[in-house]
Amino acid sequence: MAKNENIVHDEYVAHGFKDAEKNPENLLVVKNLYKYFPIKSQFFKRTIGNVKAVDGVSFKIKRGTTMGLVGESGCGKSTVGRTILRLEQKTKGEVFFNGTEIFSLSKSELRKMRPKIQIIFQDPYSSLSPRLPIGEIIAEGVKEHKIVPADEVDDYVTRIMHACGLQEYHKDRYPHEFSGGQRQRICIARALALNPDFILCDEPVSALDVSIQAQVINLLRDLQKQFNLTYLFISHDLSVVEHISDTVGVMYLGNLVEYSDTDKVFAKPLHPYTKALFSAIPVPDPDYKMDRIILEGSIPSPSNPPSGCKFHTRCKECMEVCKYCQPDFMEVEPDHFCACHLYNSAERNAEFAAIVKEEKAKEAAQKAEEK
Amino acid sequence: MSASKKKKDANYISGKESRAISKFNRKLTKRLEKDRADANKDPALYTTRMRDPNNVVEFDNVCTYFFTDIGTVKAVDGVSFDIPKCSTVGVVGESGCGKSVTSLSLMQLLQRPQGQTAGGEIRFNIGNGEALNIVNTPTAKMQEIRGNHISMIFQEPMTSLNPVFRIGAQIDEVIKLHNPDMSKDDVKKRTLEMIELVGIADGESIYKRYPHELSGGMRQRIMIAIALACSPGLIIADEPTTALDVTIQAQILDLLRDLKDKINSSIMLITHDLGVVASMADYVVVMYAGRVVEKGTAEDIFHHPCHPYTIGLMRSKPVVGKKVDSLYNIPGSVPNPVDMPNYCYFRDRCEMRDECKGMCDGKYPPEIKINDTHVVSCYRFFETGEVLGYPKPVDVEELYHGKK
Repeated sequence: MAKNENIVHDEYVAHGFKDAEKNPENLLVVKNLYKYFPIKSQFFKRTIGNVKAVDGVSFKIKRGTTMGLVGESGCGKSTVGRTILRLEQKTKGEVFFNGTEIFSLSKSELRKMRPKIQIIFQDPYSSLSPRLPIGEIIAEGVKEHKIVPADEVDDYVTRIMHACGLQEYHKDRYPHEFSGGQRQRICIARALALNPDFILCDEPVSALDVSIQAQVINLLRDLQKQFNLTYLFISHDLSVVEHISDTVGVMYLGNLVEYSDTDKVFAKPLHPYTKALFSAIPVPDPDYKMDRIILEGSIPSPSNPPSGCKFHTRCKECMEVCKYCQPDFMEVEPDHFCACHLYNSAERNAEFAAIVKEEKAKEAAQKAEEK
Repeated sequence: MSASKKKKDANYISGKESRAISKFNRKLTKRLEKDRADANKDPALYTTRMRDPNNVVEFDNVCTYFFTDIGTVKAVDGVSFDIPKCSTVGVVGESGCGKSVTSLSLMQLLQRPQGQTAGGEIRFNIGNGEALNIVNTPTAKMQEIRGNHISMIFQEPMTSLNPVFRIGAQIDEVIKLHNPDMSKDDVKKRTLEMIELVGIADGESIYKRYPHELSGGMRQRIMIAIALACSPGLIIADEPTTALDVTIQAQILDLLRDLKDKINSSIMLITHDLGVVASMADYVVVMYAGRVVEKGTAEDIFHHPCHPYTIGLMRSKPVVGKKVDSLYNIPGSVPNPVDMPNYCYFRDRCEMRDECKGMCDGKYPPEIKINDTHVVSCYRFFETGEVLGYPKPVDVEELYHGKK
């Protein structure tokens, strides 16, 4: 484990994101974010290991755009989202929202910040209180944060509900009286009512039917234009992500492996994992011959990830260097970031070769000692 | 406010009415249940002949109703389609359209006594030109069929494996049940073979593990191993990949395709993912509100969709590589299942209504044959196609007063 950490080069990992938070165009900048969940031993509650849910993630989102975050389940997409919202404490790294570091805020400052960052959850069935009528669910946050004067709350809620395609008479109803699509509209209205700049959408359509999905996606896009919202859209459905987002980040086992504009990533994926992922998307055309790259095995455990590049155990183009060194998250083409040794510069390759040699020598020495 | 009040009134049932409905349901379902429990029934009552011996299953006007306290829910109402030997049939539709209930009717695994197959025939080919009508087959006989001739892969591998038994024991159970003469060692050997067949190396160690120790994809492989343990003639896969990631989904679909050819069986694939259907199925059946609206080969459905619902469904799904500004969404919602209209169920949401020239205000449209393989239920083709016949729902009152 320790050996692995030595080979990480932080300055390279966040390369290309220097001073990104000072640009007012970037609403959210995440630099080198780490989130480890400790594993406690049964007795004494000592920490015996870490689940590395997020292991060095950097990206930025421009105002009024949507970033899609894709990856297999268990790769840490949702943890990234929750940490950005400060629903989880970070282990390391920085998150800038509107130029301010979120983790440096005091409790009262954070409270002021809260209405600006909102979340829509995956399951509209469990994220609404069954005991409150819809009107109160939406008004609760508005009253709490005093978004509008107390006597205007009712009108304000009605306006927000109209914007989300809900009728005024829905106010007195309870969540169980609504269908899945309608409930997701309520969740969107609840988030929108606080007049946010940024909404984190954590798989908002994966629990819905195809035709309802289209309604909710269209609603999200309309609202974005109307209120100039910024979204981080987490999903494992690649076709939905391609449709809605301007930039895409692909995650694998806690690392962002590729990050760029949607068109660039989908037209010309660089990382072998992204290539495999995209080749597995089923296309609704019976004549389409899939040129599929089948990944062997399944995602390794995040508590004990493979050394070097985490994808090397399943990668078709695995090289010697991949087994020892973690690749840099570098700008391969302008605004196209990728973490893969295939795109190293010659100098970097020489540096890595030296590390590999050293590591191999160490290993050989260890073996000799054992003998 | 007035709109909400009106809606409330439409669904309102007085206590008296509710009691009457329950009494009616109790009497009816009791009789149907008694009929099914009769193990010594004359086999002539439930054996028939296949219309075409090359089919594994023929659904013929199947009507599966749920007799609930608020009225009869016609979950499946006059569904007919065939599953040919060694082919894959995809059943597509939104949730609640009756695709799962169709498969459960075939397995006789409906929530009983409320859920009953009230009419129609499900003919299952058992070889030698003989067929069973599953609708009338007694439960005892059904148990020989389930798992042995027809088996099912469920949606959620976590909830459908028993968490307190080892993987090995759960596969053994199926083999032992259907081959009582097999020795213990042979059963284990067969189990290990099955584990290997679904692409899991190191069978011995998996044999001794518990379901929670495996990943989602592995669990789904185990479910497939259980389903294939007795080399069934038909595998029903009920949303087999919905809970899985794209890369694992690709692995599982490839596996299913290979295994189907290896043991010469057919697959009935139930899903709402059009992409999965396109890559797997030879024939596609599109269902809406308990009825088949369109059926045909995959080619017919994907390249020449004819029913407005199918067209809407295709357009509402974003496709990688095809950029559109905004997705199409089908307006409105599915009609109330307790109180279905008399006219075409899709009429109120249809955007091609004018083309029907008012015919869809009348009777529910018949099945219309457009070409040899393609059948659609829409009045737009009433004049050009060959009319095959209207769906025949069962009259519940008549069933109650009955022949007995």
